[in-house]
Amino acid sequence: MTKTTFGFIDAALAVLFFATLMLVVIPSAQLANLQPAKGLAPYSDIARRGREVYIENGCVYCHSQQPSSHFPDEQRGWGRPSTPADYVYDYPHLLGTMRTGPDLFNIGERQPSQEWHLAHLYQPRAVSPGSIMPAYPYLFTHVEAYDEGVDVVVKLPEPYAPAHGAIVANADALALVAYLQALDHSYPPTAEDAP
Amino acid sequence: MVPVVGLLLVFAFLFSIGGLFLLIWSISTGQFSMGPKAAEVIFDEDEVGHPEEPAATRRQNEDLLHALAASERYPSPSAKEDDKEPMLRAALDDAARKPVLALLLSSVVWLLLGSVIGLIVSYKLHAPDTLTQSELLTFGRLRPLHLSLVVYGWVSMAGMGVALWLTGRILKTPLHRPRWASAGCLLWNVGLAAGSIALLAGWTDGVEWLEFPWQLDVFFVVGGACIGVPILTTIRRREARHLYVSIWYIGASFVWFPFLFAVANWPKLHFGVQHGVVNWWFAHNVLGLWITPLGLAAAYYFIPKVLGKPIHSYQLSLLGFWALALFYSQVGLHHLIGGPVPVWLVTLSVVTSVMMIVPVVAVAINHHMTTVGHFRALRFSPTLAFVVTGAVMYTLVSLQGSLHSFRTLNAVMHFTHATVAHAHFGVYGFASFVMFGSFYFILPRLTRWEWPYPWLIRAHFWLAVLGIVIYVVCLSVGGFLQARKLLDGNEPFMQSVVVTIPYLIARTVGGAMMTVSHFIFAFHVGALVLRHGPRRSEAPLAYVPARLGQQGAGR
Repeated sequence: MTKTTFGFIDAALAVLFFATLMLVVIPSAQLANLQPAKGLAPYSDIARRGREVYIENGCVYCHSQQPSSHFPDEQRGWGRPSTPADYVYDYPHLLGTMRTGPDLFNIGERQPSQEWHLAHLYQPRAVSPGSIMPAYPYLFTHVEAYDEGVDVVVKLPEPYAPAHGAIVANADALALVAYLQALDHSYPPTAEDAP
Repeated sequence: MVPVVGLLLVFAFLFSIGGLFLLIWSISTGQFSMGPKAAEVIFDEDEVGHPEEPAATRRQNEDLLHALAASERYPSPSAKEDDKEPMLRAALDDAARKPVLALLLSSVVWLLLGSVIGLIVSYKLHAPDTLTQSELLTFGRLRPLHLSLVVYGWVSMAGMGVALWLTGRILKTPLHRPRWASAGCLLWNVGLAAGSIALLAGWTDGVEWLEFPWQLDVFFVVGGACIGVPILTTIRRREARHLYVSIWYIGASFVWFPFLFAVANWPKLHFGVQHGVVNWWFAHNVLGLWITPLGLAAAYYFIPKVLGKPIHSYQLSLLGFWALALFYSQVGLHHLIGGPVPVWLVTLSVVTSVMMIVPVVAVAINHHMTTVGHFRALRFSPTLAFVVTGAVMYTLVSLQGSLHSFRTLNAVMHFTHATVAHAHFGVYGFASFVMFGSFYFILPRLTRWEWPYPWLIRAHFWLAVLGIVIYVVCLSVGGFLQARKLLDGNEPFMQSVVVTIPYLIARTVGGAMMTVSHFIFAFHVGALVLRHGPRRSEAPLAYVPARLGQQGAGR
């Protein structure tokens, strides 16, 4: 009785184990000994913190990090198609599945300016008209007076600049920009070792 | 390594092709013309030919009877002898009352929260300077919260509650250890509350569909086990000899989900692109092996039960079950077509995605051939209106999914809002509609109180239908236009943003209609549970199904 009762559940689990073997175990084995791409550097401490800010604020829901040969990504300057060796230091992964905003895998090469990134994060429409990216004012502080040489002041064009005082970047904003600047995978690709 | 992978792939492909031919052969040779007695286990001895619809008013029940009796495709009613079975059913419903009510009512609260957050998120996408001052309300935190609440709060808890109730009823066995299930519901709620606060605070695992911090995932694993164990032990102790197909789906989903959830959430186990592979393997399996089976289990019960007519082909339903298990468990990687993952993996997922046509057609034939000839009944039965609409959407969204997995068609959907439209088509149009219908049937039985305001059910239905149609159509069109701009390298990227704005606004309109319908639904559920509303003289609460020609007998 018990045997016939639970036979279907055993079989159902066996089917899932097979799928796990195919989609989890084998790919893991195949990718386990992957060496980092030549030219790929580990994240610096500040870039690593910036990656956490990127995750905490859910940037992945609008930005992919996977230039693809299926799209005109190289033509747009988003970089060559990426390979598994480009992601060795990435955990959690941030491949993304939406392009509500542009792909960011090579944003550091395309847009290296800290000044631009800070203004863009504070108010995207100040530097990128038509953008629907949220503004992140909470990563900045509005101060009356700032400390030259210590505070990083955000340079904003006319309608967006504060009437008095200045906007200075918080540590999280600076870390996030450091991470974005580190997103540069323009070195030559590693030969694909996948079958 | 390579030969082993090749061998397994060949095996998987041959298996898939074999399954497809089996289906074609069996349909063309009429193997599945009419099911055996097994399809009738959900009925009492003399119940075929007698509809059961506790959500309908007396008037609607009479209309339902006449609409069904007028159809040539309706089985002739069997003679009624005594009312022993209804008393047993009342006892069965009582045994599961507390955990089922706890799960269903909790799910409604999460549905309201999840919808409101979803609406805010949708609005922000075309009004990006709304609510930006605090990190608690930024798009990137509310969006995963919306998904987590509606998937793990609403659909999962509703599905588990319906599954608990179905288990006792179909197996004709009182639910074993109902207190375990109640405790599981409490743990699951604690996990959701803690997880929501964590996501708002920015504490997240950072992986889509798996955002809740793994430390809090323990609540879901233990809570889910507390609900799953009573189901599995009730199956073991059952009175009914045969296991109806709904029980197959329910039993399997309760062992599939914990395994998937644990493997995908396990900390520090995954790395680099492999993490992406596991991510999408899980994300599609939570739909295919958790939400879909729970929804199909309910549809496989309520469509024949309300109609009083066994499902079209019982064997076909079993083929559908195994094909779903085999193919759905491997489809996830079509989300990474063109991405930096091994190509053979993506190919495997594309093939299995296309093979999903097999279980989908099996289910479609069963559901729709059972309903065909009785569409007038939808006017009089709230349960059928929701469940059959959900079943139709299941067929449509699944076929759409199979088509979209082809590499060429995938390109016009990948990375765009069309994916979001497809996800809502499935989780809302199919799963949520089936759950709404199940609520309308189950709650009067559990509370011994009829739905106080029938017009609220109609308002809920039409707002939800119009809302989801506007949502899916507009966002799909917007996504298609977005893809055309994305695929044209000569177009500035910003054009792919600008072109979507009107469709994003339309999505907010559709989403607002859905949200309003949820408030109506929640109000009605609250009124029912608190026994408010006008008390009608004729309560369709008796456990005796209505009978043609002698309505009111036995009441």
